Amino acid sequence: MKFSRKTLGIPYAVFLVLFVAAPLLVLFYYAFTNGQGQFTVQNLTDFFTDPNTLGTLFYSLLIAAATTALCLLLAYPAAYILATSRLKAKSVIIMIFVMPMWINFSLRITALKEILTVIEGNLAFYPFLNSVIGMTYDFLPFMILPIYNTIVRLDGSLIEAAKDLGANDRQAFFRVTLPLSVPGIVSGVSMVFLPAMTNYVVLDMLYNNTYIMGSLIGSYFSAYNWHGGSMIALVLLGIICLFTLLTGGMETEDARTGGALL
Amino acid sequence: MTKKIVRPLIPILVLVFLYAPILILAFYSFTEATQIGAVRAFSLKNYVTLFTTEELRNMIIGTILLALGSAFIATILGTLGAIGAFYSKKRISSAISTVNQIPVINADVVTGFSICILLVVVFGIAKDTFVPLVIGHVVLSAPFVYLSVMPKLKQMDSSLYEAALDLGATPAKALFRVVIPQIFSGVISGFSLAITLSLDDYFIATYTKPATFDTISTYVVNATKGSQTNIKTALWALSTVIFVLVILLVIGMNFSAGREEGTERRRKGV
Repeated sequence: MKFSRKTLGIPYAVFLVLFVAAPLLVLFYYAFTNGQGQFTVQNLTDFFTDPNTLGTLFYSLLIAAATTALCLLLAYPAAYILATSRLKAKSVIIMIFVMPMWINFSLRITALKEILTVIEGNLAFYPFLNSVIGMTYDFLPFMILPIYNTIVRLDGSLIEAAKDLGANDRQAFFRVTLPLSVPGIVSGVSMVFLPAMTNYVVLDMLYNNTYIMGSLIGSYFSAYNWHGGSMIALVLLGIICLFTLLTGGMETEDARTGGALL
Repeated sequence: MTKKIVRPLIPILVLVFLYAPILILAFYSFTEATQIGAVRAFSLKNYVTLFTTEELRNMIIGTILLALGSAFIATILGTLGAIGAFYSKKRISSAISTVNQIPVINADVVTGFSICILLVVVFGIAKDTFVPLVIGHVVLSAPFVYLSVMPKLKQMDSSLYEAALDLGATPAKALFRVVIPQIFSGVISGFSLAITLSLDDYFIATYTKPATFDTISTYVVNATKGSQTNIKTALWALSTVIFVLVILLVIGMNFSAGREEGTERRRKGV
């Protein structure tokens, strides 16, 4: 076969079809069949009629919303102050903020668990609070980085112009800086919200017996219930698609690639 | 005046929140305490346990080998995929880019579960072969390699490749001598990203790993549910060791980045 640059992509294309596309198709197949391989919508109706699964769905949305809000509340002021400061070593300081990302999350949550145990006595008393603290602790750097990157690249002359035109500090912030930093906020939100709905290990490690969507998949997996688990995975996939469509247009380039790369 | 004091307070509080648990744990890892808050004598016993317990050692070595192996495969696949897609027709390249986005956006739980169903339940591949685990980690990281190589291809000066061909290089030679060197920084950052993704993964590993094998994440999660205190405190030591390694790595990266900047400036004669 003649060498062509295009053919280099074939192995990866085959890989994507086999191990990314095919598993999702299998997920669909399992979600809509029963143990005998017959087509059924039972799993779907089960999910939307069982108060337990529906409750779990709402509880995960609540946890994710609270985590995202808390992350934003901590990350935005921190990123803003850092990005607008006159410090010379800003890139080094932002590195310190995102460095925890590189420490294994399970070890970090272990550390948090020990501290929370000392503070609260028994972790089981505050499952919701602990879940939100745990998730925030885990995902905060992912919120700080994109917001910082957006603000630090803002054209300073825009703010000067606003002030020349008579805006005070507060007005310049709310009418210029904040709207222009929305892409960073959106990237941060998209990197925190979805993991907060699914990362059930954080809850497990904090001695939590509450369930989020991810935990449902875990429990079906332990029970070898592939059909029920596939349906949960499919519902999650739907939420992820919806969320991505909503935020996709506004996301900055560095959200996924640069954000993770730094 | 108060503004000057209040302003740095928020970033500092965030830093305290992020680092206090790790630092407090690091402190207690050097004592005989089995609980935070208990005052006990200085001891290196946790570090001795960490490096001499076979189970812990195997788990650490296994995690590192898995990360290196899967990152290696992911880097080759992702890089070749990006080159192939870059030179393909628009329709094909955007199809590849779209599918490439799926594992990036998807929740790891869903990715891990779906790979487990396909490979283990449908195809009956035994988890003990490590095939599902390695494939799972390549699925997790190859898309990020692809994403870090693609911008480098777009920035590349395409006339150099043509020039190499005009000067008599075969296409393969031109690729290895001209294209690869120009995108190499993207390949390297893709590789290091692949390593960190594999090291940090929990979900794909739980759904695809052999029962007798543990990565750091799966091991730590199981250990927190267990009651073996000597293992628990040895993990404090592990956390501290990793923390120190990360600091050294970041310092090293800053140092080499600074040096590169220096040579760049010298070259430009600034």
